Amino acid sequence: MNVAVQLFARARDLVGGSPVELELADGATVADLRTALRERCPTLGDLVPHLHVAVGQDYAADDTAIPAGAEVACFPPVSGG
Amino acid sequence: MDHVALVDDPIDHAALTESVRSDQAGAVVSFLGTVREMTGDRRTVALDYDAYPQMAEAKMRELVAETREKWPVVNVAVEHRLGHLELGEISVAVAVSAPHRDQAFEAGRYLIDELKVRVPVWKKENWADGTTEWVHPGVESS
Repeated sequence: MNVAVQLFARARDLVGGSPVELELADGATVADLRTALRERCPTLGDLVPHLHVAVGQDYAADDTAIPAGAEVACFPPVSGG
Repeated sequence: MDHVALVDDPIDHAALTESVRSDQAGAVVSFLGTVREMTGDRRTVALDYDAYPQMAEAKMRELVAETREKWPVVNVAVEHRLGHLELGEISVAVAVSAPHRDQAFEAGRYLIDELKVRVPVWKKENWADGTTEWVHPGVESS
C-alpha cells in the first residue's frame, strides 16, 4: 500500500518537504514505517528514533498496524506552549 | 462551554477569560504562556509556531474531556497561537471556571501541562545571533 506520511517541524526541514510517499506491505506496522522512512529519507538520521508516529490523528506504538488509507504523520517531540 | 482553537491572530486573553465566567463558578483561573527573551544565556528575538492542526485540535478536545472527568469545571477555553510571535506576545491561553478555586487551579494546571507534552505544536527559536532552531525536548540540537 502507498502511504503519504506528513512531516512536521525539524523532520520536514531535514527532508525538504512534506508529505513523503512510502510503499509499505499490507499490514505493515509503525515499526516498518520507521524503517522505510529511514531508508527513504537518510537526512533524518539520528532523529528517526525520536519521531512520534500518528495514525488517524492519534499517537501509535511501534506494533500498531497501519490500516490502508489511514492518515499518517511523523514528527519530533512537541514544544508548544 | 468548551472552546479549543488554533489561531493566527493575537489572543484576546481578556475576552477568553470573560468567556468562561459563570454564575455557577466561584473561581476563574487564567494562564498565559508568553514569549520569553532569555533561555539560559541565549537571547531570543522571536518564535515561530507550527502545528499539525487537525490532530492538535483533536488532542486539545481530548484534554478538555479528561479535565472534565477529573474536576467539576463549568467552562473551559484553550487557544494556541501559530505563526510568528515577538517577545512578550501570548502563545497560549487557558481559562477555566469551577465552583471552587482548588478545582480551577488544578484543572488549569493539568490543561497546560498536558498540552505541552501531547498537543502537536512546535516552536522554532529565532536567536539573536541570526540562527534558528526547532525546539524538540529530548533531542539534541541539529
